[in-house]
Parts: sequence; C-alpha cells; structure tokens
Amino acid sequence: MAATTTVPSAGPIPGSRSFLSRLREGDEIARLVTFLFAASVVLVTLLLIFELWQGSVLPRHKFGLLFLVTRVWDPIAEQFGALPFIYGTLMTATVALAIAVPLGIGAAVFLAELAPARLSDALEFFIDLLAAVPSVIYGLLGVFIVVPLMRDYVQPGLKNTLGFLPLFSGPAYGIGFLTAGIVLTIMVIPYIISVSREVLLSVPRDQREAALGLGSTRWESTWKVVVPFARGGIMGSIFLALARALGETMAVTMVIGNTPTISASLLSPGYSIAAVIANEFTEATGDMYLQALIELGLVLFLLTFVLNGLARLLIVITSQRGSGRAHA
Amino acid sequence: MTARLRWRKFVSGFMLTMTGICALVAVSVLFFILGYLVYHGGRSINWSFFTKLPKPVGETGGGMANAIVGSAKLLVVASMLGVPVGFLGAVYLAEFSGSNVAFVVRYAADLLNGVPSIVIGIFAYSLVVLPFKHFSTLAGGFALGLMMIPITLRSTEEFLLAVPRALREAAMALGASKWKTIATVIVPAAYRGILTAVLLAFARVAGETAPLLFTAFGNRFWSPGWNQPTASLPVMIFTYAVAPYEDWHRQAWAAGLVLLGLILVINIVARAILARGIAVPRA
Amino acid sequence: MKRITTTLLVALALALTVVVLAHAALSINGAGATFPYPMYSKWFDEYQKKDSSVQINYQSIGSGGGIKQVTEGTVDFGASDGPMNDEQLKAFQEKHGFGILHFPTVLGADVPTYNIPGVSAALNFTPEALAGIFLGKITKWNDPAITSMNKGVNLPGNDIVVVHRSDGSGTTYIWTDYLSKVSQEWKNKVGTGTSVNWPVGLGGKGNEGVTGQIKNAPNSIGYVELIYAASNNIPYGNVKNSSGAFIKADLNSVSAAAAAAAQTMPDDFRVSITNPPGKTAYPIASFTWLLIPEKFSDGAKRDAIKGFLKWMMTSGQEYAPSLSYAKLPKEVIVKEEKALGKIQ
Repeated sequence: MAATTTVPSAGPIPGSRSFLSRLREGDEIARLVTFLFAASVVLVTLLLIFELWQGSVLPRHKFGLLFLVTRVWDPIAEQFGALPFIYGTLMTATVALAIAVPLGIGAAVFLAELAPARLSDALEFFIDLLAAVPSVIYGLLGVFIVVPLMRDYVQPGLKNTLGFLPLFSGPAYGIGFLTAGIVLTIMVIPYIISVSREVLLSVPRDQREAALGLGSTRWESTWKVVVPFARGGIMGSIFLALARALGETMAVTMVIGNTPTISASLLSPGYSIAAVIANEFTEATGDMYLQALIELGLVLFLLTFVLNGLARLLIVITSQRGSGRAHA
Repeated sequence: MTARLRWRKFVSGFMLTMTGICALVAVSVLFFILGYLVYHGGRSINWSFFTKLPKPVGETGGGMANAIVGSAKLLVVASMLGVPVGFLGAVYLAEFSGSNVAFVVRYAADLLNGVPSIVIGIFAYSLVVLPFKHFSTLAGGFALGLMMIPITLRSTEEFLLAVPRALREAAMALGASKWKTIATVIVPAAYRGILTAVLLAFARVAGETAPLLFTAFGNRFWSPGWNQPTASLPVMIFTYAVAPYEDWHRQAWAAGLVLLGLILVINIVARAILARGIAVPRA
Repeated sequence: MKRITTTLLVALALALTVVVLAHAALSINGAGATFPYPMYSKWFDEYQKKDSSVQINYQSIGSGGGIKQVTEGTVDFGASDGPMNDEQLKAFQEKHGFGILHFPTVLGADVPTYNIPGVSAALNFTPEALAGIFLGKITKWNDPAITSMNKGVNLPGNDIVVVHRSDGSGTTYIWTDYLSKVSQEWKNKVGTGTSVNWPVGLGGKGNEGVTGQIKNAPNSIGYVELIYAASNNIPYGNVKNSSGAFIKADLNSVSAAAAAAAQTMPDDFRVSITNPPGKTAYPIASFTWLLIPEKFSDGAKRDAIKGFLKWMMTSGQEYAPSLSYAKLPKEVIVKEEKALGKIQ
C-alpha cells in the first residue's frame, strides 16, 4: 500500500556535479529518461480524463445536468438518464458500509486493543489476503452461495419479520440491492479493518493510560479516548472502502439483477453504473448510446475522485495531529 | 463497588466481547471463502482443465488451457508497461525531482489508482482497440499495465526513499556519478521492497476482469501472437458462472481456485520477501 | 539467486514464444448473437478440425454487440437474429465505403420458459397472456388468462418473476417483434428492438444468463432460444399461433414457420417470420444471420470465410437438427449460394 504523506525527495548532493563534469551527461540523460517516464504517468491520466470528457460530448450537450436526475434509460428512444444507476451504486454502497463499518471498526478495535500482538499480526495477515481476492471470485461466491442463501432463508425471513417496512417489500428474488450490498461488505471490510487497526495502533500510549488512570474501564478508554483520537484515519478508511464499493463491477453485476429500477425496497433488483457499462458497452449501437455510457463512466470517475480526495485529506489531517505515522 | 461501576464494567466486558465477535466474523468469512473454493475447485480440477481447449457449448469436458496462457500473456504485456513506467518514474521522484513536480506526479498516480477498473477498460478500448481495429492481448495488457503503474510507482518510491542517506553520500564521496549511485547502490539496497511492489501489483491485476471485457475480449481457441483476442481466467470465470451449464460451473470453480491460488501465493511470497528486511545490500 | 531468476525468466519467455508460434493459424474473429451460439460453437469447432489452418473465434455477446463490433471493424464478421435495420446498414456503408450482407444460417425459436415449483408440464400460452405477463399486467401464475388455457395444471398464486435480456439481443428482437404484432398495447408502449425499455423484470446477460436466472429463481418466466431450455431441462410452453392451435417449438413447427417466407425471400435475406400463416407453424421463430462485409482487404480471410459459408450451407446443415435448430429451406440455400459471389 502506498504512503500518501509528502516526504521530501533525496535531492542532489551539492557540489558533487561541479568536479565530475565528464559524468554530467550520464546524469542528465538519466534525469531526462526518468523524467519522461514520470511525466507519462501525468500525461496518461490527463488523457484518460480528456477521453472521458470528449467521449461523452453528445449526451452532455443534449441532456446537460438533467442527465444526473433522469430516470429513463431507453436506447430506442435515445433518452438516457443516470439516476437509476447512481441510485443503485449509492444504495449498494450504503448497505455495504452500514454493515462493514461497525463490523470492521469492531474487529479493528479488537485487533488493536485486545488481541495479543502475535494473534493480531496473524489475523491481520489473513485479512490482507482477503483484500487481495479478485472481485470475480467474490461474484462467483455471490452467485452460488449468497444468492441461494438470500433467496431461501434471509430474504423470506426479513419479509416475515420486517415485511411491513417498505425497505423489505416486494418478492424475494435472491438477487438485488441487499445481496449486492452484502457481497460488497465482504469486499470492503478488509480495508476498514487494516487501516483502522494501523491508525488505532499508532495512538500514543499515554492517551490510553491517562484515561485508565482516571478510572475509566477498558471499553471506555477505548471508545471515548482512543477511537476519537484516531477518528480521522478511521473516517479515511471508510472513504477508501466507499470508493472501492462504488467502482466495483463484476461482483455487483453478477448479483444485482441488472434492471434499471429505483425502489425503496432492498429486495428489489437494480443496476449500478459499473454494471451497466460492463453489460452494454460492447453493444451500444449509435453514438448517443455509447457516449451516454461513457458519460456514466465520467460520473463514476468523478464520484470516486471526490471520495478519494476526501479520504486522503482526512488521513493527512490525522497524521498532522501528531498521532504518529498514518497509513493509507 | 457501586451499581454504576458494576454497570460500566459489564458494558466494558460486553462491548469488548462484541469486538472479538466482529473480528471472528470477519476472519471466518475469509476461511469460509477459501474453504469453499478449495473444496469445489479441488473437486473440479483435473489434468484436462490445464491442457484442453474449451468444448462447444453444452458439451462436457474440455478445459481452460488457452485462458491460462492468455492470462499469462496479458500479464507479460501489463508488466512491460507497468514495471518500467512505475520503476523509472519512482526513480525520478525519489532521486531527481523537486517537490512541486513530485507532488503533481504523485497526485496523478493516486488519481489513476482510484479510477474504477471498468473506466480503464473504456479508456483502453478507445485508445488501443478502435485505432487498431482489433480486440487484442495488447489492448488487455495495456489496460492492466495502466493499473499496475500507480502501485509500482508509489511503493518503489517509498522504498527508494527509505534507503539511508549515508549510503548515497558514501557512494558520492567515492566519486560515483548520480546515475551510477542509483544503479549500483540505491536500487540494489531497495530491491526487496521494489520486488514486493511489483509482485503485489502483479497479483492485483491478475484477477481483474472488467477492463478485459472490451479489450482482450475472448477466444475459444489459442490466441496467436499479440494482436488477437484472447481468453483469460477471470473472464472465463465470469462467463461460465452466469451460464446455465453445470459443467461450466464446475470449470468456473476450478478456474477460481487456480486464480486465487496464484494470487495468494504471490501475496504471501511478496510479504515474506519484505519481512526479511530492506536496506543493506548483500556483498 | 539472480542466476536462477534469470534462467527461469528466459525459460518462461521461450515457453511462451513456442506456444505463441505453434498456433499461428489464420485467425478470424466474429461476435454476436447468443441465440445460435450452441450451433456456431459446434460449427467452428468442426470446421477447425476439418481445416486446421483456419481458426474462427466467435464470442457470444448478443446481437446488438455483433452489429456494433462488425460496424466498428473490430471483428471480421458479426451475427444477429434481429436483422440490421436501414439506419444500421447505412451507418456501416458510411463507415466502410461498402455494404454488409446477411446470410441466414439456421432457423431457431424463442420459447417461453419458466420455473414454477411443482409444474413440469408444458403450459399453453395465448399471445394475450404473454403480452400481459411481459407488460406487467398479469402478475400471478393463477391469473385466469393462464389458468383458462391450462385446465388440469395446478398453478400457484405466486407472483410471476419476469426475466428478460439485459444486453442488446436478437432474441429480444424476435420476442418483441412477435409481441408487437399480436398486441397493440405492446407495440405502442414498448415496441420492437434489440434493447427495449422493459416494463417489468430482471435482466440476464445473454441467453445463457437468462436461462441461468430462470433455473435459479422460482416462479420465473423468460424467453430463450429453444436449445437453451431443452438442454437444461427446463419446461417451456406452447404458444397459440395465428390459426388458433397451441404449437410446441420443434424442428417441424419451426420449418413450417419459414415455409411461406422461403418462397418470397428478399434478396438481402432480411425477413421476419413471427406470427406467420400456417396451421402447424410455430409463431415465434426466426432466421438467424451472419453479417458478412462485402469487401475484405485480406484475401486469405475472404477465402476462408467463403469456404466456411459454403460448408455451412451444405455439410454444416446436418449438425443443426441434433441441436434443435431447423435446417434452412432449400430455396434459401440456393439463393445464398448465388449471393456468395457478392463477397469480394
């Protein structure tokens, strides 16, 4: 995982060049070559943004900002609106966070505060491995394990107990917002756990000891002193998890139902931005259709861009507050 | 002990047990996933999986030999893009650049890292597939390589910067030029970390599916050369998993096991390398 | 350590090169309909055995995808069960400077397939019932519109789960083409196309995805090509044709559907045979076409494709019945053989 704190680069050592002028050319070449590669990163990123912008010019001119709030997605009538997909993306991410955040922070607290160091490190190792599992495998597990579970047990159970709520109305298909949200939960929990754990571990001991010294219980010192101290980093981890959940494609498209619906019910099938692009991109006949999909990609890019920015900001703020090293 | 204190102690014990349960749940999910995959995948793996080509739709048997080779080829192309750009770019950031340029490059890399993989797929489609009029291994490798760049760049930079200043100064004092110092002292000192970074980036893109959907496309046969569509493990898993044929499901599990096994092995190896320590080069 | 790594890398590189070079056959790429995919995958596999210098790689991404990618030029040929409309033909012409030809390959059928717990019989569906279900107006399995045609079958009062295609599909085209012909409401509200604004239902990707969804979701109904339902042992219904008889989709009823059109086949082979006249005709059948550009800059590719098409029209047809696709009518084959000359 890359660090995000700005570290000064080891610049040239003064005086070394002036009396080794023969070698200056070698250095200049090295500098130029490596500069080109570094610059290419910037160029390719700019090019990507440019392509997204240019590639969506038709629908942007035709629909403008209405694109973001229109419900209709009709390729025949060439009416395109992003709302069902934005809704689905946000809905599934919300479900995922609603479950992953308490579970993840709880686990992180356990690992950082309670577990003996070796157990904590060993479990962390496994959790990092969980983060490396590719999304299509989560999709595989989602289709063959989660969906039948949801359809046969969980969703009917929810309907029997809480079915009066609009949140759990409608038939129990097994696929849908809730299922996609649960699969996403499993995918983002490792991020929350590992970042929160690191941040909690870096809270100075004296904070805890001061609280305990004042007579607080273990839990109170953890919850009321340590966690608030690490709040910035934990929030940062949540934003990172959110950014991942928003951009997730394969696992979602395999379990969400692929229907552009907006429904208050979690049991309803839906669609997400990434899923619709994956399903319809290769067959979008007509420039308007294709560019509408590219515009969706642009929307998704902007969403994750803003969230990632917020995440980094929070993590930086935390590190500057003197809680030691912070890790992204 | 007052009643209030008893209550607080109770809450403390209760909540801390809850956190233990959270950790238990999180970790058991991992073990369950691995276990299920090993069980189902293990039952389905046989020699033909690794050596045969896919059979026509609806017929049982056949394997994913072309997908395995296809994935390997894609990763080769991806590495050829991701590793040099990431590595040399990091050398620039760590050794040559001023802080402004460094900020811009780092920011761009982080931005690129945050781009959803499906959007990278769109980009690779417009940049490589359309002009060449071909779905190809090159296009798929390009998309994956783009995703490798930020990971290799940032990690390599970190490890280069971690090399003690003393080493650099010693080399300079002995009369070595900048680039020679980098090539013979700094990079070898940081090589463990750099290798780890490359391996982790490799493992990350090995499992990516979305960017391959409209770049590498797919192939029922062997993909000759680099300019033809190719099958790949992740896309095959996706295609077979959503289809109705039981035999395809079986093969999807096997492929999932192979893919996950590969990725986990790379991750574990990478961490083992790193755990052995960084810095001081061996004689 | 370094030496070992280097030797390993060199060995890997050599191995890859060998693999890559060893399979340097002429590679032709096509993409499109999932409707005939079982047929095509069998054909291309057999053809490759017969002529190992040619490798035809077909990806089933849906008819919409086939039309799009062949127009973009990223694949050598496309495949679709919804013929290209005039606008799409014009787009191809404008992009390439020459036209694109339709070659019918086989006849297939869209069947209404369902998964109702406890029901394994073949249900009878009227056009009104199908339109009502897919419009979302008939919502329960024990609706009179369905039960009245299926006395003796115990239909539960469960909600109907509609499954349709989430991708651009010729199978959808055939289905919506039929519904537009039999239901004015459908024609006004939804219309015909490879991708429509569905009033209700879940989306599955490809015929494969829809079949998978139906298999997994109780009380569901969807439309798939015959072979997908048959080979996966899911029940499919009989549909009432224009003569009033409930017809099951099979080789005979599908061939009967094409009988009338075979006599009056237009030169460009674009024709719809849904809801045809004929007492034994199955109402939701269709030709499926390969979309072949008129000109090929690569002579080897052109000859390979022409060679395949010739084989397809003769020996290839023999493979169709075992996969539940009906062979092309003789009149159509004769016309196609003449049309082969148009490919330059």
